[in-house]
Amino acid sequence: MSFAWAKPYEPKTELGRWIDDRLPLPRLVYNAVGGGYPVPRNLNYGWNFGVLSGIFLTIQIITGIGLAMWYYSSADGAFNSIEHIMRDVNGGWMMRYAHSNGASFFFIVVYIHIFRGLFYGSYKAPREMVWMLGLVIYLLMMATAFMGYVLPWGQMSYWGAQVITGFFSAFPLVGEPIRVWLLGGYAPDQAALTRFFSLHYLLPFVIAGVVILHIWSLHIPGSSNPTGVEVKNEKDTLPFHPFYTAKDGWFAGLFLTLYAAVVFFGPNALGHPDNYIPANPLATPAHIVPEWYFWPFYAILRAFTVDFILPAKLWGVLAMFASILLLFFLPWLDKSPVRSGHYRPVFKRFFWLLIIDVAILGYCGGSPAEPLYVALSQIAAAYYFAHFLIVLPLVSKFERPLPLPNSISESVLHGEAGEAAPAGLAPAAAQ
Amino acid sequence: MVRIIGFLVGLGFAGVLLISLVVNLVAYVQSPPGATAEHEYHRHPKELALKSDGPFGKFDEQQLQRGFQVYKEVCAGCHSLTQVSFRDLHKLGYNEAEVKAIANQWSTEVPSVNPETGEPATRKAIPSDKFPSPYANETAARSANNNALPPDLSLMAKAREGGPAYIYSILTGYQNQPKELVEKFPGAKTPQQLHYNPYFANLNIAMPPPLTADGQVTYAEGNPAPTVDQMAQDVAAFLMWTAEPNLQGRHKSGVAVLFFLIIATVFGFLSYRNIWAEAKRKVAPKGAPQPETKAKRTRSAKKAGIAG
Repeated sequence: MSFAWAKPYEPKTELGRWIDDRLPLPRLVYNAVGGGYPVPRNLNYGWNFGVLSGIFLTIQIITGIGLAMWYYSSADGAFNSIEHIMRDVNGGWMMRYAHSNGASFFFIVVYIHIFRGLFYGSYKAPREMVWMLGLVIYLLMMATAFMGYVLPWGQMSYWGAQVITGFFSAFPLVGEPIRVWLLGGYAPDQAALTRFFSLHYLLPFVIAGVVILHIWSLHIPGSSNPTGVEVKNEKDTLPFHPFYTAKDGWFAGLFLTLYAAVVFFGPNALGHPDNYIPANPLATPAHIVPEWYFWPFYAILRAFTVDFILPAKLWGVLAMFASILLLFFLPWLDKSPVRSGHYRPVFKRFFWLLIIDVAILGYCGGSPAEPLYVALSQIAAAYYFAHFLIVLPLVSKFERPLPLPNSISESVLHGEAGEAAPAGLAPAAAQ
Repeated sequence: MVRIIGFLVGLGFAGVLLISLVVNLVAYVQSPPGATAEHEYHRHPKELALKSDGPFGKFDEQQLQRGFQVYKEVCAGCHSLTQVSFRDLHKLGYNEAEVKAIANQWSTEVPSVNPETGEPATRKAIPSDKFPSPYANETAARSANNNALPPDLSLMAKAREGGPAYIYSILTGYQNQPKELVEKFPGAKTPQQLHYNPYFANLNIAMPPPLTADGQVTYAEGNPAPTVDQMAQDVAAFLMWTAEPNLQGRHKSGVAVLFFLIIATVFGFLSYRNIWAEAKRKVAPKGAPQPETKAKRTRSAKKAGIAG
C-alpha cells in the first residue's frame, strides 16, 4: 500500500469476511487494481498502455493454449498442422490470426509503454526496479516472439531461426558449440522445433510472473505522472477503481477495435508472404527479414560492416545486445532530477530525435541490405548509442529545466482543458 | 562510474559505426553497384479486382467454379493442391453427387496399398481425400519438368507479394524478351527452356505459358467468353479461395465483432466521461470554477446525457 489515505478493503458480506480471514485474495486485488490503489489524477492516455499490455498478454495466452491443442511440433507436420487449423478446425483461423496479430499488437502497446516511460522519466528513482523488471519482460517477450515465429515452419520461420541462432557463432571458440547445443543439431530441425515449442509455451507464464513483480514494485512508490512531481496529498490522487478502470476500459475498447479490424480484414498485412511457403533448407529466400518489431535491432546488427579489431559480425551481435542492455543502466545515465520531459526543453528535442532515429532504424531493418540503406542505418545506429550513452548524461548535467508545478492538483486545476496539464501552462502556474 | 564506462562504450560503438559508414560510402562511390536486368525490367503485379477484395468482399461462386475448371484442365497436370480436399468443393456450390463424381474421375489416383498383396497401388479418389499430387515425389516432378519443381498452389495467393494479382500477372505476362534488355545485359538473355516474364522475380520462369489461346477451356453456358485474360482472372480467384477458404466467414464475423466493439467502446467512453465529470466537480478547490471550465463541464455533461 502506497499512501496513507488509500481506502482499506472492507468486505461487505459474511462470505467476503470469511474469505478475507482465510485467503485475503480479494483484498490483494482491491489494493492492486481496485479502490484501494490511489493513482495520480493527472495521468494522460500514455498511461493506458500498461493495462493494455496485460490485456494482450492474456489474449496471447488464451489463443495460444487453443492453438497448442491442434499444433503438431514436427518438422514434417508443423506447416500442415497450421493449415489444418486454418481450414478445418472450427474457429481455428480466428484463433490463429488473433494470435499472430496479437503478437504485433502486444509489441505496439509495449513500445508505446516503453517510450512513455522514456519521455516521462518513469525509470528514475524510486522506480528503477519497475523499469528494470519491465526490460526483463521485454527481453522475455522478444525470445517468446522469436520462438513463436519459428513454429509454423515456413521459409521465414526456418531462415529466421538460422540467422538468429547464428548470432551465437559470432563469439570466438565457444560460439559455435553453444549454437549447436542450443539448436540440438547443426541446423534448425526437429530438435530445435520441439524445444522452441516447449519454451514458447513456458515463457509467457514466466512473463506473467515478472508482470506481477513489475506491478508489485510499481505499487511501492505508486504510479508516476505527466508532471513528474510526486504525489503530495490525497487531493493529488484518485482511486484506481472506478476512475482508471473506466478510463482503461473505454480505451481498451478502442484499441481492441483496431486490433479486430486487422485480425478480420487484413490478417496478413503485418506478416511476410514467404512464411506461407513450407521451410526448405535448400532454398534461401531472397531477403531474410524478421518480424517488424525486430527491425530496428536487425538494422543495428547489419550496420557493422568493417572488421575493426573484432570481426564485423561480432561487433553487430555485441551492439545488438548492448542496444537493449544499456537501457538497464538508464536510471544512472540520466541523472537529471526532473522526471517529466515537459519540463526539460533540451531533453525533449533529443527525445523526439530518438523516436525518428528508431523509426529510421526500423525502416532500414525491413529493407534489403543495399549500400544506401546500410549507410542510413549506420548513421541511425551511431545516434542510438550516442543518445543513451553520451547525449543523455551530458544533457542531464548541463540542461536548465523549467520550473515545476508545486503539486499535481495545482497543475490539474490550472490546466483543466485535458486531464494532463498542458506543458506550457503548468510551469507558468508555478511562478 | 556507470557514466564513464557508458561514455566509452558509446564512443566505441558510434566510432566503429562511423568507420563502417565511411568505408561503405567510399566503396559505394568507387564502385557503385551496377544496374541489373531484374532491377530495371521486373514489374509489379497488374491491377486485379476480385469480388473477394475489401472488408465486405465475398467469393463469386460462378467465377470460382470457372477457376476450378481451369485448374482441373490446365494447372493440375503439373501443380498439386495438397491442402485442399475434394469435399471443400461443396463451398463452390457443387452438390454431393457432383463432388463425388469430380473425385472419382480425377486424372490422378490416390496412392494406396493393394489389400491382398500389400503392394503399393492406387485407387480412385473419394470426397474426403485431399487433391492427389500429379507426381509421385519431387524427383519425379523435377525429371518431368526439366529439373524445375512446379510449386504447390494451395497457398500461392498468400505466398507471393500481390497475391491473386501476382498469379494473374504471371499467367498473362509472358512476352518476347525486349531487344534492349539483351543489348544492355547480354548475360541476362533468357536461357533455353526458360520463358521471359517480367512479373517473375528473376524475369525467366521455367513454366511454359499455360494459357495460350482463347477458348482453351470451354466454359458452360451463361459464363463469359474464355479469353486468356478471363481464364487467368478466374484461376487467380479460385486460388485466392484455396489459400483463404474462410475469407467470407472472416469478413462476416469481422463486421459483427467490429459492430459490437464500437458500441461497447462508445458506452465505455460515455461512462468514463460520466465518472470523471463527477470526480472533477467534487475535487474542485474552493470558490466558483472559472467560467471557461464551467462551460466545458456543462457541455460534456450534456453530451454524456447527465443533467449539469
